[in-house]
Amino acid sequence: MNVMTKSTVTEDGRTIGGVLMAVDNITLRFGGVTAIRGASFDIREGEIRAIIGPNGAGKTSMLNVINGFYHPQEGTITFKGEQRHDMRPHIAATQGIARTFQNVALFKGMSTLDNIMSGRALRMKRNIFWQILYNGPARKEELEHRKYVETIIDFLEIPHIRRTPVGKLPYGLQKRVELGRALAMEPDLLLLDEPMAGMNVEEKEDMSRFIIDINEEFGTTIALIEHDMGVVMDLSDRVVVLDHGDLIADGTPDQVQRNQGVIDAYLGVAHD
Amino acid sequence: MKSEIILPDGLDAIPKLLDRNAREFGDSAASREKEFGIWQSWTWSQVRDEVEALALGLIELGLARGDHVAIIGNNRPHLYWAMTASQSCGAVPVPLYQDSVAEEMAYVLKHCGARFAIVENQEQVDKLLEMSAKIPSLKQIVYLDPRGLRKYDHTTMHPYKDVQKLGLDQADALRGRNKPTLREELASRREALTGDDTCVILYTSGTTGRPKGVVLSNYNIIATAKTSSEFDNLSAEDSVLAYLPMAWVGDFIFSIGQSNWTGFCVSCPESHDTMQHDLREIGPTYFFAPPRFYENLITSVAIRMEDAGGIKRRIYKYFMGVAQTVGGQILDGKSVGPWDRLKYALGNILIYGPLKNTLGLSRVRVGYTAGEAIGPEIFEFYRSLGINLKQLYGQTEAAVFVTQQPDGEVRADTVGVPSTGVELRIDDKGEVFYRSPGVFQVYFKNRKSTAATKDKEGWVATGDAGFIEASTGHLRIIDRAKDVGKMADGSMFAPKYVENKLKFYPNILEAVVFGDGRDKCCAFINIDLSAVGNWAERNNLTYASYQELAGHPEVLAAIQSHVEEVNESIARDEMLSGCQICRFLILHKQLDADDGELTRTQKVRRRIIEENYSDLIKALYDGSQSVFADTEVTYEDGRKGRISATLEIRDARLFSIEKQAAE
Repeated sequence: MNVMTKSTVTEDGRTIGGVLMAVDNITLRFGGVTAIRGASFDIREGEIRAIIGPNGAGKTSMLNVINGFYHPQEGTITFKGEQRHDMRPHIAATQGIARTFQNVALFKGMSTLDNIMSGRALRMKRNIFWQILYNGPARKEELEHRKYVETIIDFLEIPHIRRTPVGKLPYGLQKRVELGRALAMEPDLLLLDEPMAGMNVEEKEDMSRFIIDINEEFGTTIALIEHDMGVVMDLSDRVVVLDHGDLIADGTPDQVQRNQGVIDAYLGVAHD
Repeated sequence: MKSEIILPDGLDAIPKLLDRNAREFGDSAASREKEFGIWQSWTWSQVRDEVEALALGLIELGLARGDHVAIIGNNRPHLYWAMTASQSCGAVPVPLYQDSVAEEMAYVLKHCGARFAIVENQEQVDKLLEMSAKIPSLKQIVYLDPRGLRKYDHTTMHPYKDVQKLGLDQADALRGRNKPTLREELASRREALTGDDTCVILYTSGTTGRPKGVVLSNYNIIATAKTSSEFDNLSAEDSVLAYLPMAWVGDFIFSIGQSNWTGFCVSCPESHDTMQHDLREIGPTYFFAPPRFYENLITSVAIRMEDAGGIKRRIYKYFMGVAQTVGGQILDGKSVGPWDRLKYALGNILIYGPLKNTLGLSRVRVGYTAGEAIGPEIFEFYRSLGINLKQLYGQTEAAVFVTQQPDGEVRADTVGVPSTGVELRIDDKGEVFYRSPGVFQVYFKNRKSTAATKDKEGWVATGDAGFIEASTGHLRIIDRAKDVGKMADGSMFAPKYVENKLKFYPNILEAVVFGDGRDKCCAFINIDLSAVGNWAERNNLTYASYQELAGHPEVLAAIQSHVEEVNESIARDEMLSGCQICRFLILHKQLDADDGELTRTQKVRRRIIEENYSDLIKALYDGSQSVFADTEVTYEDGRKGRISATLEIRDARLFSIEKQAAE
């Protein structure tokens, strides 16, 4: 594992800072099945980090571990310099980790606006007693949050569906709304689970641009799982490759593409 | 001739009008834009300050008198200000169609030799950079939305806000002995502007050939704005929604010319897709739209009514019937019986009022349609609701207004009487000529076209065939002069007349009729995906694409019945009965401006369609029952692909005049 703590500047002028999250020797088992076996890698501030691998390689499990949804039997995770114990997803959320899901998980009956507003719930300080007062401080607070949500709606270019129930939206737009909800949390680390799954070329291009823009404009660190190799190689600064729970490569897109182990894993060479 | 309209002293250029407005209506809204879900507004004095700051910055960046400044983007207040700021610097704004592909843009930029470009966002910047080798004259790019542009090379590229800041910072800095400060320089440039200076160059998309740059002077624009505002009693209390392309002359006249002249507020929608919603929120009192907009609106109403419950449908049908018989007359102030008035008033409560509100047209006092002929049924639909929709006839070369309909003299088949200051003449071939204060100066760097269009006395050829009705003095347009032809048997062929009848059906988006010099007429049809798609969904027809839906036998049958109905109605017109459609096919793709088949203002380019689809036309005339089509298409990002399909050709029933007589 290449531990670098100094910040570097990428070719396109973005600053990549020190280690934001370090995953050290993680092993995750479900009964007899070992989903992840001793994986270690790090995610650095400001970078776009991809996790790739064939089906069943343990990518989503890895995201769920980072998110605090699964609890690894072995290994440690360090986030913002602090080692985490007994993580739960809602604690991860308060610490600044937001995510989207492989299968869109939105509130289907609620509008785009309300769905994204729900991403602000953690940041709302006023409780229900304040909220029942019409002109109280809760109102002012809500306006501020609404303002932030509107910048996201503008950013993701979805003002035309502001009031539309998300269940009525096409899949590509639902994915965008979900991304919006994650962004509304103002996360330090954004986890994207197959953001382009099931999209056509045009939608993929749009989504790629949004991911790059989020990274650039908000400086958000992004870890993403993706199947589309072209997208991964174009977007990410560094790539982790998992295969059957093993971490088989970690490096820049170029390095990973030339790695024989990765080629074998994708082309299906027999495992010893 | 030029002395016809006299402009008040000191109001002979747009920046001077802006100054006056800031003095007189300082605190009332001048620009509005919906951003972040809220209408943001700027008063006239704020607009003056914004324009001033930008103009100072532009001079500091090296904008010289007489330079051309390309303006590219969606309707945004900042881009309108950029036009006035350029004018203040003595430069000439050249707005471009924001959806043009990079090559089209490069042609115009190169042709006008633009040195500056003020653009909306990364999309436009990318197009400029892609073509930068072809446009060596372009020195500076100013952009509005910084998103995605952070890592671009910024030596010749500046954010809009930074340019304004630069201008303000340097405004009063001393520049050495005897040299004026920036602010003095700007003031002297603005003072030097006269009515003869160029106000704007607008490139016409043109149904044929390369776009031509129409040079309009300050006098052209302001005189036209003055007379047209007086014609409809426009005042500072009015309000408009600017949603049509900024490169189009109409938008320039309304949003810059008339707005600055009268002081009314221009609102810009949040995005193209929210226009309908924003229209409803703003509720403009003065509204302009091409016929296609009104057609689409009716289509969407028709679709929603078909989805509505039985009782609602019956109420709607009943009251629309009432409106059709008396609505137009009530609007024109004619006498209508008390019983009908009562029914109409009830309909207004139950149907018309709520419908107008939903459409965003409840406050419209003056509504115009122009650009193409509008189907009489469509026109009457809006008038019967009590919306004062009128027609005007205009051209970029005339700074829009040639003829317009005065209140109370509105009919679907005329385009009105000559606007104030306009003289009309019809030549012996039937082509319409005009002369007016709005007549353009020249086509930029195109002496040949100028000479072909405008004669020494200032008469301009419209290219349209028409005649003046002796009884009313109204102008009636038949068709494009070059499109009106003769069929093989010598009878008149007016394709647009037939196409418009077809396009009235919600299922038909576009139609192209052929027949000039031939023995019969045939047609291409484009179905309307939203209307036909909705119908398909309700009838449990599955389809994956436009192409599949277009080839569906039931769709073909529906279109066939429309074509036959049109034939029947054409048969009644003795002069044009030869234009009935014998055979037709439904195209496998939508006609598209990106493929050059439509202009950017969505008009059919007949010649290009004839060339591109020559094999299909051949099949229409040689009697074959189907034809294989393989067509190149251009996607929005400029990439190309191919669509192929086997198209079925249908024969339509023809109607004879004898049969009509027998009935």
